[in-house]
Amino acid sequence: MSVGIVSYGAYVPKYRIKVEDIARVWGDDAGILKAGLMVNEKAVPDVDEDAATIAVEAARAAVSRTDLDAQRIGAVYTGSESHPYAVKPTSTIVAEATGATPVLTAADFEFACKAGTAAVQACMGLVNSGMIDLGMAIGADVAQGAPGDALEYTAAAGGVAYIIGNKESELVAVIEDTYSFTTDTPDFWRREGMPYPEHGGRFTGEPGYFKHVTNAAKGLMNKLDTKPEDYDYAVFHQPNGKFPTRAAKMLGFSKEQIAPGLVVTRLGNTYSGSCMMGIAATLDQAKPGDRIFATAFGSGAGGDAFSITVTDKIDEMRDNAPKVEELLANPVYVDYATYAKHKGKIKIA
Amino acid sequence: MIIMSVPRFWRKQIARYNLVGTHCKKCDEYFYPPRNMCPGCRREGEIEDFKFSGNGEVVTFTVIHTAAEGFEGQTPYVLGIIKLEEGPSLTSQIICDAKNVEIGMKVRPVFRKLGQAGERGMIYYGTKFVPEESEKC
Repeated sequence: MSVGIVSYGAYVPKYRIKVEDIARVWGDDAGILKAGLMVNEKAVPDVDEDAATIAVEAARAAVSRTDLDAQRIGAVYTGSESHPYAVKPTSTIVAEATGATPVLTAADFEFACKAGTAAVQACMGLVNSGMIDLGMAIGADVAQGAPGDALEYTAAAGGVAYIIGNKESELVAVIEDTYSFTTDTPDFWRREGMPYPEHGGRFTGEPGYFKHVTNAAKGLMNKLDTKPEDYDYAVFHQPNGKFPTRAAKMLGFSKEQIAPGLVVTRLGNTYSGSCMMGIAATLDQAKPGDRIFATAFGSGAGGDAFSITVTDKIDEMRDNAPKVEELLANPVYVDYATYAKHKGKIKIA
Repeated sequence: MIIMSVPRFWRKQIARYNLVGTHCKKCDEYFYPPRNMCPGCRREGEIEDFKFSGNGEVVTFTVIHTAAEGFEGQTPYVLGIIKLEEGPSLTSQIICDAKNVEIGMKVRPVFRKLGQAGERGMIYYGTKFVPEESEKC
């Protein structure tokens, strides 16, 4: 039985801040940072945007892309590490605002940057078991980085929604298989009540990102007996531009394969939306029959790998919702003070 | 800070999230916020729920420079009356550069935070409007 993507939708706030503007405040060298991180600017939410509003915009784009009856959606799972409430689901807000309520199950997912792909896997299981008709998996974040912390140069805002189903005639892309690699690796965390996450610095690299991404990717290719050359495109979690570029090289994927999905240079790291945004950008330009290899990473830590084949249906509905490139175009640049206000870093009594 | 009881907001939540109003099938009049009875047809009216597209135009607007408590961080912001394409008008924030807003400007709906009851209370979500032409945002 096939399972795959029935529709997808992305959302990126219109504001951006350049690395130069952040570096100027903290006395850092913007040139070194841009070259090292391979990030030039990042998306900043408006003052009235949070992970819930971003999730709703992405979900509505996904529903309108196929013009489907939202009442068919039997599960809404929103992955984020910046859910606006500590207790109270974001997913109920999304379900209500997309017209999917009341006959559905809903829950919020957390797994650092891969909560969204974990939600995709949950939807795949529910759809293929016959428990639900369609499931909606969302990765959305207004990512937090403490003032002056290295994360501040990349922690961005954005979200992506995927509607998962198993009726072959409806699929824009078949998910051939998924494979996960998970260990308890404390490379990144945020304690209850704390406004900003902490991380293990360089420890997030080898034992965190690279170990889990490469093991998940190799595991899936072994399982499917595929090689990097069998794929037209590849997407790896993009906390910056350097990590996915290096992971691709380690695994044998080319720069050309990862180029369409490598949106982090202009977007920043949208955390739960990161890998999913890369897949959406790739779907925006993939042709029927193209194969996409994707691996998400979440600190803490785990990797979720997916093997995806695009179907003929993609050409019918691709233009019915904003493409990632359109969402990245014509940004409004803000300075550090405005960014700090938008992110709530300035407390108004 | 918005002080509103949780049930009071919840009762109007669907209308605020999804612009759900009502329509009188007898006289073809549309209502937002929703009316349970058609004021024209009275008991002859046939009211049904109706989800508005949210597309409309700015009838009039004002720019707020001195905000109420809880909205200080948003000044200057635009409040306007939007006439929906189906007929009814409503008051909403219009998210755009105050220099670019103009009467007759086409707008479309977006989902945003309307406010919150301080640091501990509920967060209120609903519909605001942005210019149809993104360069005016």
